Amino acid sequence: MDFLNALVALSNFVLVPAIAYGSQLALGALGVTLIYGILRFSNFAHGDTMAFGAMIAVLVTWGLQAAGISFGPLPTALLALPFAILGCIVLVLITDRLVYRFYREQKAKPVILVIVSMGVMFIMNGLVRFIIGPDDQRFSDGARFIVSARDFKEMTGLREGLAIKTSQGITVIVAVVAVALLFWFLNKTRTGKSMRAYSDNEDLALLSGINPERVVMITWVIVAALATTAGVLYGLDKSFKPFVYFQLLLPIFASAIVGGLGNPLGAIAGGFIIAFSEVTITYAWKKVLTYLAPEQLAPSGLVQLLSTDYKFAVSFVILLIVLLFKPTGLFKGKAV
Amino acid sequence: MSEPVKNTLLFAVVGALILLTGFTQSWNAAILILNMGLISAVMAIGVNLQWGFAGLFNVGVMGFVALGGLAVVLFSTPTTPGAWSAGGFGIILALLLGAATVVATVLVAQKMPRGRLRTLTIIGILIVGFFVYRAVFDPNVAAVEAIDPAIAGHLGGLNLPVLLAWPAGGLLAAGAAWLIGKTALGLRSDYLAIATLGIAEIIIAVLKNEDWLARGVKNVYGIPRPAPVVGYEVELQQDPGFVARAEWLGLDPVTASTLSVKLGYSLLFAIVLLMLLWMAQMALRSPWGRMMRAIRDNEVAAEAMGKDVTRRHLQIFVLGSAICGIAGAMMTTLDGQLTPSAYQPLRFTFLVWVMVIVGGSGNNFGAVLGAFLIWFLWVQVEPIGLWLMNLITAGMPDGSALREHLIDSAAHMRLFTMGLILLIVLRFSPRGLIPEK
Repeated sequence: MDFLNALVALSNFVLVPAIAYGSQLALGALGVTLIYGILRFSNFAHGDTMAFGAMIAVLVTWGLQAAGISFGPLPTALLALPFAILGCIVLVLITDRLVYRFYREQKAKPVILVIVSMGVMFIMNGLVRFIIGPDDQRFSDGARFIVSARDFKEMTGLREGLAIKTSQGITVIVAVVAVALLFWFLNKTRTGKSMRAYSDNEDLALLSGINPERVVMITWVIVAALATTAGVLYGLDKSFKPFVYFQLLLPIFASAIVGGLGNPLGAIAGGFIIAFSEVTITYAWKKVLTYLAPEQLAPSGLVQLLSTDYKFAVSFVILLIVLLFKPTGLFKGKAV
Repeated sequence: MSEPVKNTLLFAVVGALILLTGFTQSWNAAILILNMGLISAVMAIGVNLQWGFAGLFNVGVMGFVALGGLAVVLFSTPTTPGAWSAGGFGIILALLLGAATVVATVLVAQKMPRGRLRTLTIIGILIVGFFVYRAVFDPNVAAVEAIDPAIAGHLGGLNLPVLLAWPAGGLLAAGAAWLIGKTALGLRSDYLAIATLGIAEIIIAVLKNEDWLARGVKNVYGIPRPAPVVGYEVELQQDPGFVARAEWLGLDPVTASTLSVKLGYSLLFAIVLLMLLWMAQMALRSPWGRMMRAIRDNEVAAEAMGKDVTRRHLQIFVLGSAICGIAGAMMTTLDGQLTPSAYQPLRFTFLVWVMVIVGGSGNNFGAVLGAFLIWFLWVQVEPIGLWLMNLITAGMPDGSALREHLIDSAAHMRLFTMGLILLIVLRFSPRGLIPEK
């Protein structure tokens, strides 16, 4: 029995990737949940908004790289992030002005807005494919690892290595900063408070003189910033491919719903719940168990509960279980 | 202009567009559009049943279409020799054990009193059940997949006529829809949407990964055609009677044989479409159809009138999904192969939604019209886009990077155009081209 090696293997293959993935999901789910809280519909175009923001980051990164500008050991994409956020804000504000505002004034039913967001999804998807094409794009540079497996083994003398990719470290730090900023904004500033008031009770908020169009505009700005950040971090960690962002829609929605739609804290918790379940259920436990179990009981198979291709099934099953037993999510969400 | 005249004109316009393709491009292309248009129309009737009649937001159309395709493989392809004795029965046993685990869990959850004991029992049943299932399942799957993996490696089908597989596709999709509806239909509209979106992805994941079922991403080829209506080109070209008839029409035998095969499919698809359209029309006008629309427009009032909303929703969810399954079976028959990686949600779920909404949700003829029109555009936007890009870039110097990029990207105009059409229709004519009466 070798507890230490088991722990390192577990961190390397389960904890570190799941924390990074969970942060990306949490940022995505925060966007979905804010739209749901303020604009009161499920935004199917969210995955493609992320793709659009990330695409601008990729393009700006290429530009910076061509100009010979780099960010030392950190990826250049971080320098490109503010430009990408600006671009994405412009896109969503134009979309809101041309598309969503009309239905808001009509007081259209939420389901109509969902169908409208389907149309926006098509357009954004087409736009991204039109500009950058449907293929994989690599744009990460700088140092690849904070701690590489070999260094770790040399440092500690353990048999198992622990590798932490730069992208994983950055993901967690950026996510923490973004979430801290968001909560400070929502809880401490006047505008943030007016947003929460609008989300809680629209009529009362209107009565007390809150300008709804301003609240909606600020929501879109925040959502664009969160979506772009999530998209860039995901792209740095894995790779940028437009279709993958569309597929992220499912785990992101699962996170937001599991946490309780409209509840920012729930979105973060949901993101980590979904990420940890996906990774633990599709991980082959053989290595960890071999260290833990006595020799004669060592497992012969991979001890993988489900093949990795079924990760959607994991987020989905958790979603169903939570909805059946706690229809408004783990943290109390709202229902329109 | 009176209503019937306007509607006839709309259909005539779409017909003329397809004829125009025949005259300007090729008749093979025109009939291909017609065939996929017919299949899309069947899907649109299914979605219209769920959304237009009952207001159910199902974005898992792709999953049911794929199940229809699976049914074709399971019904009409030849059985793999030795697969059943090697592991087929073992797989069935494993699946039954898995189902028994789920049933036992549900029973325990319902019958035992709440408390720690129940939770522990449920967890125990699930864990033991899962490992027993995997212990039976894995070796049998390995045995089946080891049989001649280059051309088989799966159980194969029942070798029945392929036309029988179409209703079977409907039944398979209906069965899946019943299971899904039982768990997910109580949810609010947007939760149901996410749930169905997820189920469709899971169905595709199963098709891609379970090689013993339908060879996964290795695809199943050589699905038999519905003879004698649809023949094989080579046989037709060798038939002197057919060659003589082709010459009499002034066509060379090769073109004539490809056209004849495609027209055979068109005939079969048209028969299915007309039957389903007739049934959907009768349903819409019946008391049942009025009840459905009453439920859609005001659930609470309908419930107060004694209507069982949940059961009616389940009923129409199963019916609509079955129709999508039939369409999926028809499509796989037309392709002659099952390609799980070809199922994309944008193409098989959201495009069908665009068809229904553009055509007119709640109106069967609207859904059919939308299906033909949108499918025509989906096919033709690409050449039109290319032509447009060539026009725009005509002034640019040859070999300029922007020009090349624009021309290469013309293929992606499709999604953009579909989104634009959907948004324009929703904004300026939200009830569609042929609105509900």
